[in-house]
Amino acid sequence: MTKDSGIPAAREPMSKQDTKLRVKNFDEVALGYSAHQAIKEASRCLQCEEPFCISGCPVNVDIPGFIELITEGDFEKAFYKIRETNGLPAICGRVCPQESQCEKLCVLGKRKEPVAIGRLERFVADYVLKKGTIKADDVAESNGQKVAIVGSGPAGLTTAWDLAKMGYKVTIFEGFHKPGGVLVYGIPEFRLPKAIVQQEIDSISRLGIQMKTNMVIGKVNTVDELLQNGFNAVFIGSGAGLPRFMHIPGENLNGVYSANEYLTRTNLMKAYLFPEYDTPIKSGPRVAVIGGGNVAMDSARTALRLGAEKVFNIYRRSRTEMPARVEEIENAQEEGIEFIFLSTPVRIIGDEEGWVKTIECVQMELGKPDRSGRRRPLPLLRSEYTIEVDTVIVAIGTDVNPIIPSTTTGLNRNQRGYIIASEATGQTSKQGVFAGGDIVTGSATVISAMGAGRKAALAIHKYLSDQRRKGR
Amino acid sequence: MAYISEKRELTPEIKQLVLSAPEIAQKVKPGQFVIVRCGEKGERIPLTVVEQDEEKGTLSIILQEVGNSTKKLGSLEKGEEITDIAGPLGNPSEVRNFGTVVCIGGGVGTAMVYPVAKALKGAGNRLVSIVGAKNRQLLILEEQMRKISDRLLVTTDDGSCGTHGFVTDALEKLIADGLNIDRVVAVGPVAMMSAVCRITEKQDIQTIVSLNPIMVDGTGMCGACRVTVAGETKFACIDGPEFDGHQVDFEELLRRQRMYLEEEKIALEKQNSE
Repeated sequence: MTKDSGIPAAREPMSKQDTKLRVKNFDEVALGYSAHQAIKEASRCLQCEEPFCISGCPVNVDIPGFIELITEGDFEKAFYKIRETNGLPAICGRVCPQESQCEKLCVLGKRKEPVAIGRLERFVADYVLKKGTIKADDVAESNGQKVAIVGSGPAGLTTAWDLAKMGYKVTIFEGFHKPGGVLVYGIPEFRLPKAIVQQEIDSISRLGIQMKTNMVIGKVNTVDELLQNGFNAVFIGSGAGLPRFMHIPGENLNGVYSANEYLTRTNLMKAYLFPEYDTPIKSGPRVAVIGGGNVAMDSARTALRLGAEKVFNIYRRSRTEMPARVEEIENAQEEGIEFIFLSTPVRIIGDEEGWVKTIECVQMELGKPDRSGRRRPLPLLRSEYTIEVDTVIVAIGTDVNPIIPSTTTGLNRNQRGYIIASEATGQTSKQGVFAGGDIVTGSATVISAMGAGRKAALAIHKYLSDQRRKGR
Repeated sequence: MAYISEKRELTPEIKQLVLSAPEIAQKVKPGQFVIVRCGEKGERIPLTVVEQDEEKGTLSIILQEVGNSTKKLGSLEKGEEITDIAGPLGNPSEVRNFGTVVCIGGGVGTAMVYPVAKALKGAGNRLVSIVGAKNRQLLILEEQMRKISDRLLVTTDDGSCGTHGFVTDALEKLIADGLNIDRVVAVGPVAMMSAVCRITEKQDIQTIVSLNPIMVDGTGMCGACRVTVAGETKFACIDGPEFDGHQVDFEELLRRQRMYLEEEKIALEKQNSE
């Protein structure tokens, strides 16, 4: 008899909004577990003596610990167990790619479905947020040192939270008018409700963190000036950069958007509520989304909710190589997104007035693996075909934003322009300056940015503690 | 938040607001812009900074009420607050002694040309300016431009002020009269900038234009403001807003500026019904 006998092979399913209804609204698709379901799922955990799952979590949440508390029905305690190392559990429970992190390493997963760690995390976080009573974290006595955090996305928020708890006076500088970074402008409401993001940011900001919005660092103040003006250290977590385009004819036609613009208009500016909100968006009945990542899935599903009748997702490789989460691909499929694999656009054709009319693609075949390990797509001769569309959304990634790297002295960058920072500490080539998240790695995940923020906070603490000692 | 410390009505449709924004006022240089937002449901609007007072910590912006958002902004009074202001954005204008420069402002574009012209004059250039508008009512900053220019020409489309005609007529006359021009800076409606560039290209006079495509974030993140310059896609917010006018695809710019005309109408109707 093995340890997992008697444990249901399948995880407890999570209910979702009905497909027909959900494509017409921006409400959250996944509805979360009930208390009963959570306890049932938590009981599937083997409570391994040497849990592998924890090592798969970039912020090392005590996973068996919080799951055990759920089985005991003590959801609040379970929440605070997570919060010992993760300040954003309601967010992570929703958007972390658990299947490639903690759940991938779950021992149960070898023979059965792994424990639904993400869904359980979400459940306890929602339970406490609904009650509206997150206890303030313990804060060390103030040490009088000041740290500036550039960017209020997952990396910046985590660094700020950790440092504030250690007794630092933390100021976050956000370029937009609202804090949250990609959590607010990028990830759609139907996947991550903005009220939840706000609640978690509030719970972190209560530790005396000063949040300064509308501050574009590199423009209004440079990183050098922050250091000159009394900040003892700076963390750069300014995030993803310039949207990448395909550089094909017709890309500047009216009706062609970068995914960044399309999502920012919809999520941050609430264009889906136009004209109640002032910012408009032009999303037609037939939409083509280019790319195979989560941002492409978000864009395609947003297009449906903005009223599209037909949404095509065009990806140059096959489904196996898609970088998007399986869950998101499935959601998109359920909602009726039409996937066109092994195809890449070669030009966009406009009408007489310069609006998108047709997109011309070429079929691809997969050749030998490239540097990323994925098979390289190669165009097939004379395989061109066209699709009639009114809107094209380009979701093929981003390049680095030059505003901070180009205005900071002594900051080394790699060939692609990203800031070079130690993976273990976030330390850059400039003394007192640390960096983490997408500005270092290029587009990655919320949780990996949080992991980088965690490491940088520890390194900043060590750097400033040394300074204090020297100062004495 | 930015407090409105002064409001001037330059014409019934064009307003000048002086805002308290000390951090931006310290930093802003001629040619740069800010993004403002009115109210929690407001959109982000890029606007030129016309002047700043570092000591008082204020800066002044000029706006023409054309759509829903600019009307809202224009309806704010002294003492009220603008919800958000971010900047300075974009690159500063290149300011040095070129020799003789002609600065051309069309309509509300004069608001962008004025600080650049002033800085160019300060750098030792001989400054000839041309300001134009549809009619006398829409002409702005005439006196300020006169004060800083060695020579000022005024044109109106209907002849109600200055010379009857376009700014391009005045420019052609300067060229015909034999003025040796080292650089032209032109800011105004797309059609005007394009017409200026057609003239100066023939004469091989370097011409700088400041572009105002639709923007959202203004920091390079969204790419709404992409323009084609010398056959390459550029982002006006971080690569501009000033570009070599002879290389700009004005037709594309004009087309992209009109992307939301329908929505603009809907928003205005909604505002009028409220």
